[in-house]
Amino acid sequence: MAERAAQEDFFVQDDEDTQKGKYLIFSLGKEQYGLEIKYVMEIIGIQPITEVPELPPYIRGIINLRGKIVPVMDVRLRFKKEFKEYSDRTCVIVIQVEEVAMGLIVDAVEEVLSIPDSEIVSLPEIKQNTNRYIKGVGKVGDVVKLLLDCTKLLTEDELEDLSEL
Amino acid sequence: MADHGQTEQMLEMYIYETTQNIEQLEAVILAAENADRYDEDSINEIFRIMHTIKGSSAMMLFDSLAALAHKMEDLFYFLRERQPAFIDYSLLSDLVLEGIDFMKVELQKIKNGDPADGEAGQLLQSIENYVTVLKEQTTAAAETAATAAGQLKTPMPAAADSSIYKAVLHFAADCGMENIRAYTLVLQLQEQVAELQYLPEDLDSADSAELIREKGFTLFLRSDKSYAELEEILAQTLFLERLELSQLPAAETAAAGAKDGDVPETMQQLKERTAQETNLAAGSQAVISVSVSKLDQLMDLVGEMVIAESMVTQNPDLKGLQLDNFEKAARQLHKITGELQDLVMSIRMVPLATTFHKMHRLVRDMSRQLNKEVKLQLLGEQTEVDKNIIEHIADPLMHLIRNAMDHGLERKEEREALGKPAVGTITLEAKNAGSDVLILVKDDGRGLNKAKILERAQAQGLLTKPAAEMTEQEIYELVFLPGFSTKKDVTEFSGRGVGMDVVANNLQLVGGSVAVDSVAGEGCTFTLKIPLTLAIIDSMNVKVGNSCFTIPIASIKECLRAQQHTLLHDTNGDEMLMVRGVCYPIIRLHQYFALDTPITDLSEGILIMVEHDKQGCLLFVDELLGQQEVVVKALPAYIRNRHQSKGLSGCTLLGDGSISLILDVGGLLN
Repeated sequence: MAERAAQEDFFVQDDEDTQKGKYLIFSLGKEQYGLEIKYVMEIIGIQPITEVPELPPYIRGIINLRGKIVPVMDVRLRFKKEFKEYSDRTCVIVIQVEEVAMGLIVDAVEEVLSIPDSEIVSLPEIKQNTNRYIKGVGKVGDVVKLLLDCTKLLTEDELEDLSEL
Repeated sequence: MADHGQTEQMLEMYIYETTQNIEQLEAVILAAENADRYDEDSINEIFRIMHTIKGSSAMMLFDSLAALAHKMEDLFYFLRERQPAFIDYSLLSDLVLEGIDFMKVELQKIKNGDPADGEAGQLLQSIENYVTVLKEQTTAAAETAATAAGQLKTPMPAAADSSIYKAVLHFAADCGMENIRAYTLVLQLQEQVAELQYLPEDLDSADSAELIREKGFTLFLRSDKSYAELEEILAQTLFLERLELSQLPAAETAAAGAKDGDVPETMQQLKERTAQETNLAAGSQAVISVSVSKLDQLMDLVGEMVIAESMVTQNPDLKGLQLDNFEKAARQLHKITGELQDLVMSIRMVPLATTFHKMHRLVRDMSRQLNKEVKLQLLGEQTEVDKNIIEHIADPLMHLIRNAMDHGLERKEEREALGKPAVGTITLEAKNAGSDVLILVKDDGRGLNKAKILERAQAQGLLTKPAAEMTEQEIYELVFLPGFSTKKDVTEFSGRGVGMDVVANNLQLVGGSVAVDSVAGEGCTFTLKIPLTLAIIDSMNVKVGNSCFTIPIASIKECLRAQQHTLLHDTNGDEMLMVRGVCYPIIRLHQYFALDTPITDLSEGILIMVEHDKQGCLLFVDELLGQQEVVVKALPAYIRNRHQSKGLSGCTLLGDGSISLILDVGGLLN
């Protein structure tokens, strides 16, 4: 296990040059979000989802990705937006952070953009608490994209569960 | 990139090899310590292992490891060459084992990707000191011996007088034990010639007998005896069929230089060259090591293939068509995939021997610290279990053995007073029982003390019913409850009350269980029951609403339809059903998992009676989908970490590629 992780580290380091500053842009309603491309494993259409009981509502269940079982998270529900019926535009972005794989259900995938660090600003202080998953705001031309922090997206829900109690 | 990959691979190989070497080393040392002496072979073996570790560690730039191995190599070089008469073996073993422990820690660090930054300085110093002490002793001894022997010893013949001979001996066919015969010859010759090297080097193993049979036994001698004299000596060997003795050309001897020291070097080279040739001839390796992750991948792929196969052969497009040739081909495919699946499973099966042998070290260390003499007996160590399961039982076994040594076995005086053998025995036994493997940990100590267990459980508030009503078995089972420990004082090894429940939990993780039996004064036996494999189970698929669940067949007793008149309600409104005079609670799966289903009337759906640990209940489901062998997959880590419910143990893929959740019957009942 450790070796594999180390190996992946190597690849990540190697690929960093070509992947650095590149973001996969997807949309939820009107807003556009960006994910660091190095986390993205693949993009697939919506799949039949097997519901798993007793999980937070934003975890829709698990899917069979060529023999690998991957949980899927509805990003709309994750961000407390209203649920939208899945259509053939709906995509699942499969990301892998360290050892954990996760499918993100989004309205649509747009494009891959290079956003240099100089064009990324952090969120205003005041908003920080509500937007824990947003790492920064990337400016591309005159539109802004919200850049997600994948690690927090996958790990920070315990906090939330506790505060909801 | 290639570079990185290579380093990675080398590191993996290094870790694997060194771990193996260290394990081997530990085994040799423990065996030597048991025999209370280091014979020449084990010293050579240790020397060889240290040499290997030194070489590879230095190559991988792990300096502290290399330095330590080097020191130990020095130590054993000294032992090998000078053969000191008085060695404190237990001190020596302690020293080496300490070194091994250090290496293990460092290796673990390397495995975790941390820098191997341990400081071996103190250890090096103590080895150094030990060698110095040994040296002094030996020199003193040698001096006395030298004075006594006077001038009797003939000085080593000068190189100029001696020549190098090469002799190849072939033994008569069917004489048997060629290696032993060769060894006798070596012993004989050692007294008569100045230098002696031989091939194969390791005369201990049966393999070498095979080699000698095929290629003959090769000797390199340096002696001042003439060709004829040597031939005469060698010809006396029993069962000798053919002898090829040749004096090596003067040129080779000369080329090696006139200096005395260089001659053995040449012999060494000669020997190495011949060894290489032999190795080449001996051909390929019969065993390769494969990383577990690759096996897991293979297993996943085969699982997928099985599913893909049923997707093809049971394709809805084929329905109603008459396809004789297709059916034939499909059957053939089915047979092959089945065999492939069996084969992959068998690759993952590993004998328990390695896990068992690790316990030797534990017993050794503890018996010293507790000052109890204990013998560890291993039985059925060749029993095979899935690799994944082995990882889960090493800890429980260790716990049980610690407990047996600390609590179970009495002190020596006590044992003698009771008329028991002074040396306690712990037996570790493995055997197959159907689709399970039983592992027994038996000790001949004082056994469990019922009164003490009860008293303790009462004090901890762990009793659920009056003590008088409990059976012997139930009392013993109390020790598996969390927070239970009868030992008042905490020792280094046990007594913190986190032992037995960890054992039970660990086993439950792999679908096993643990039971205990005891006879006061005669010892107690822990029986671990573990499944042969986790990967494939026979199961029943059921439907609840739109979801599909899988129940392991092993826990299903029967399926039945409810009849209204046998239905009961208790005061909480919980439903129960009377089946043949026994009352079973009903768990409605759709309620338990909060699922929508049109079937809520008990008479419409079906009830499945499941049992776990002699506790039974009825599960209410919509309908049965059928029986199937399924490949068990763990739930994704993300879900495992967040799942509160105990009702699910994993998931599996069905023939159509959809996912079914596997119910954990034990969890449901609790």
